[in-house]
Amino acid sequence: MKPPKFEYHAPRTVDEALALLGRYGGDAKVLAGGQSLMPLLNFRLARPAALVDLNRIPSLAFIEESGGGVRLGAMTRQRTIEFSPVIAQRVPLLKEATRWVGHLPIRTRGTVGGSIAHADPSAEYPAVLTALEGEVVARGAKGERVIKAADLFQTYLTTNLTPDEILTEVRLPAMAAGTGYALEEFARRHGDFAIIGIAAVVVRDGQRCKTARLATAGAGPVPVRLRAAEEILERDGLGEAAIDAAARKATELVDPDSDIHGSADYRRHLTGVLTKRALVRAMGVARG
Amino acid sequence: MSETRWIGKAVKRVEDARLLTGRGTYIDDHPPLANIWHAAIVRSPHAHARILGYDTAAALMMEGVGGVITGADVARHTKPFSVGVTAPVHYYCAATDRVRFVGEPVAVVVARNRYLAEDAAEVVQVRYDPLPVVLDPERALESDAPVLHEAVGSNLAGHRRLVYGDPDRAFREADVVLDERFSFPKYGSTPIETYGVIAKWDPLDGLCTVWSNFMGPFIMHPLTARVLGLPENKLRFIVPPDIGGSFGIKSSIYPYIALIALAAMRTGVPVKWIEDRREHLLASSSGTDRVAYREVAAKKDGTILGMRFRWLDNVGGYIRSPEPGCSFRPTGNFVGPYRFQHLEVDASVVMTNKSLTGPNRGYACGHLYFETEGIMDRLADRLGLDPVEIRRRNLVQPDQFPYRTPTGGLYDSGDYPAALDRALELARYDELRREQAKARAAGRYFGIGLALAVDPSVSNMGYVATALDPQFRAKPEYLPKSGAVDSATIKIDPLGRVIAILSTTPQGQGHQTVVSQIVADELGLVPQEVTVVDEMDTFTRVWSISSGTYSSRFGSVGTSAVALAARKLKAKLVEYAAHLMDLPAESLEFRDGAVRPRGGKGPAYSVKDLAGRAHWNTESLPEGMEPALQATAVFGFTVAKAVDAQDRVNSSNTYGFIAEVMAVEVDPDTAAIKILRYVTVHDAGTIINPMIAEGQIYGGALHGLGGALYEELQYDDDGQLLTGTFMDYLVPTASEAPTIDIAHIVSPSPLTPLGSKGLGESSSMTAPAVIANAVSDALAPLGIKINDLPMTPTKLWTIIERARSRERSSDATSRAANIERAETGDRSRVASGAAHESGDRSRLAPISGHPRNKPA
Repeated sequence: MKPPKFEYHAPRTVDEALALLGRYGGDAKVLAGGQSLMPLLNFRLARPAALVDLNRIPSLAFIEESGGGVRLGAMTRQRTIEFSPVIAQRVPLLKEATRWVGHLPIRTRGTVGGSIAHADPSAEYPAVLTALEGEVVARGAKGERVIKAADLFQTYLTTNLTPDEILTEVRLPAMAAGTGYALEEFARRHGDFAIIGIAAVVVRDGQRCKTARLATAGAGPVPVRLRAAEEILERDGLGEAAIDAAARKATELVDPDSDIHGSADYRRHLTGVLTKRALVRAMGVARG
Repeated sequence: MSETRWIGKAVKRVEDARLLTGRGTYIDDHPPLANIWHAAIVRSPHAHARILGYDTAAALMMEGVGGVITGADVARHTKPFSVGVTAPVHYYCAATDRVRFVGEPVAVVVARNRYLAEDAAEVVQVRYDPLPVVLDPERALESDAPVLHEAVGSNLAGHRRLVYGDPDRAFREADVVLDERFSFPKYGSTPIETYGVIAKWDPLDGLCTVWSNFMGPFIMHPLTARVLGLPENKLRFIVPPDIGGSFGIKSSIYPYIALIALAAMRTGVPVKWIEDRREHLLASSSGTDRVAYREVAAKKDGTILGMRFRWLDNVGGYIRSPEPGCSFRPTGNFVGPYRFQHLEVDASVVMTNKSLTGPNRGYACGHLYFETEGIMDRLADRLGLDPVEIRRRNLVQPDQFPYRTPTGGLYDSGDYPAALDRALELARYDELRREQAKARAAGRYFGIGLALAVDPSVSNMGYVATALDPQFRAKPEYLPKSGAVDSATIKIDPLGRVIAILSTTPQGQGHQTVVSQIVADELGLVPQEVTVVDEMDTFTRVWSISSGTYSSRFGSVGTSAVALAARKLKAKLVEYAAHLMDLPAESLEFRDGAVRPRGGKGPAYSVKDLAGRAHWNTESLPEGMEPALQATAVFGFTVAKAVDAQDRVNSSNTYGFIAEVMAVEVDPDTAAIKILRYVTVHDAGTIINPMIAEGQIYGGALHGLGGALYEELQYDDDGQLLTGTFMDYLVPTASEAPTIDIAHIVSPSPLTPLGSKGLGESSSMTAPAVIANAVSDALAPLGIKINDLPMTPTKLWTIIERARSRERSSDATSRAANIERAETGDRSRVASGAAHESGDRSRLAPISGHPRNKPA
């Protein structure tokens, strides 16, 4: 379990990093927290000619409020997010999701940009990005572009970032005060990737539901936005019957795969169970 | 009588300071010599294939490569290992003609460092002709199954039918007969430190020195010497001061010792190989997966008359010693804590295209008690008895010790009813039953499980011969086998300081701490004054065939050797002091670190004083006394006898007891199992260090829960391992650990000087049974019984869902009929439905591991 030979670069600026990516013409990998890439290298499943290490680019690690949202530098560590007062106040769903991410040593190294760019469909951050309708900023040789969550994830471990682009920033809209939210997850052990995870966001207006957002982890090749289930809630409110109907609908909206940790049927079933649990808990938190 | 100021105290482990500050010396830290080269092992990608040839030219051309050893070299320069059966299984340290499991070594690359070795290993070409694969032990015995070893002619490595008493009569005379099928998963121990070997060949002396984290049994030393064609006194095994866990698994490192030694011999450079985690999961060792058919015969009052066991143990591609211990290691305690006298055991040891097996904490006892305790609950259910009551009515009674079991075991001491009562009291069993009634009324799935077990420690190596036919054993050329010995040396230096030297191979058990406690008590010192040295070395330590730290030996046999050595030395000190004082030795006693006249009057000689005189002035010794203050004791159990003509054998030497109660709640929507209470009561005789004992029990319990809930080496239909990383092979962590209430009952062993017994395997053998029984009890309203481990969420949910949809689809009337059917025997059909879930799983298997493991 030793990686094959690769060249290693530790640029100090994003421009330098982009130049290096350009030089290798798609044969370099960007190293962020290394929590997924390093095992892939050691298993010789990834064999890049070079690693471009972003860890020495200070400008990529920040959390800032801006306009109606929060901007996170791609190299912001999960551990920083876990304890950030800005995140706790403005995007509490992200804070809640973070405690499900691996274990302390993993969160200490792991980054928000790395997790999202790695695009593991059973990871928590892609689900949160999807539920909150966030965006990422990518920089490449041709400049900068903003990619919506819905457009970012293509399939397992694949985004629409091109090999010469670097994900530099994650943008999440702030959750209005009183927004209900919950992340429910089922994994065989604490810290494992989700067998199924459900991120739920509800904005209440009395018994009415102004906005509902539901997104999955582990229910298919990409995070799934459960729009038809959301619509049931937005139409019928947050009563027990509506939540049950939304949970039932959720099971129809996913097409999970089987693996050794969970069969497709079990995952589909869990999608319903956890959608309901997430909604009940989100409703309990919601005010308005 | 010795004072016991330190024995029984939770003395802090002297090992911990160095281990917790990263100052341990493990095999990978061990710098025994300069200019070490590094090995990478080329492994088979096929579960079953003929090897057509090798092409090593490209690898040999690569930077830093010193040599490549292939199966052809292995066939030419080594012999196959002896196996524990008469079937002609040729097991070499690497594949020679055929590969028989994925991950089997086929070649070794030696290079300047591990990176270069792995680069070169990738370009070693091995040409294969793939063969059909068989993985299931029942399928492997069908007449049209692919055969792994042509010389054997079938996949049956060994088969024994053992009959004790008159089981046929017991079944004829029974009021109730039940049968069940159980299956137990293949899992290992995954010690934090993997295997590691450093081998050096001195061609001028013809001497091979091997450093490795081998744990024994040291019978593997002569076996390895024979394979390498070396005299035993030209093969030196050295074990570094620290080993990072083993739990039985590292006893199976010896084929790699032979392979790396061969690499050193062929390349002429010292070679180091540290197994990586992927290799460890692929091809180190695990327990067997077993299919068991169990029958029990009982009277209406619950008295068990007899049992029948039919086992198929899957040992993988070859049978590697000490297998088939998987079937026979618990021979003496086959009947567990119960009194029944009639037993038939039909044991088949089957070879399939899975990785090889060997001792894994509890060696086969997890299997044994999962089945026995499962069928005890079924019997209780059938007879309308409480699970406690059925067990109580069959327990060996305190006045029956020492108790000879029908299979030859000699249970040395115990009070099983008292331990059971203590467990029930701690668990507040009656209160749990009331809680359960309430929970059930509310539609919740709350269950209570029990498991009892006789905990055998210090295997008598004679058990291995149970695998052979009595006719074979009766031949004059057959040499009987028996024994369980260990040695210790204690020295006192000229200033009265004490060093104890062991021939054990601790893997985290805290031998240094425990020995310092024992020696401190025996010689009137404090533990800090005793330095304890392990670092086993076959050239300098006193050892024998059965030496090593396995089978929970240390707490029983190792500590006995230490106590005896200390007593020998103490007797010498008394004799010396008597000479100095010109008094009869009988008038003196050793007390508070000094030899004094009994009754307290007159001068005393401290150990320091005596040591100084003895070392500096040998003239002062009495006539005939050997100079130097040291004593070596070799302790051996006299109850370790060879298996007799009726297949009876006292397969272990001391026998403890375990009583466990667990309460769980199952969430029917997620199939999550929540452990609400877990009580475990142990009787391991005298407890020398309760803190270490508690650690062993905790670890054992968690290990057993791993096998019951998380861990399984799973294969797809082609024999590819699906659980090749820690992302897929799930080991319980601190987050999964339940609170465990631990208590002890103390029935000192009459066979050991300190009254202690082994405890290292402990709850690993009961946890699978207790949680399976608790979950079965929780899901009893759905007619579900757990006969198949591990209980993964998908498996459990699938069974629950099936049962619930059956319930949903039937109206009240048919529901009543269902319940009635379940009570009159249809339950076995429900149970075998549960067992068949393993079939469902293998159908899922080809969908393969997590997509995240695929290259991006």
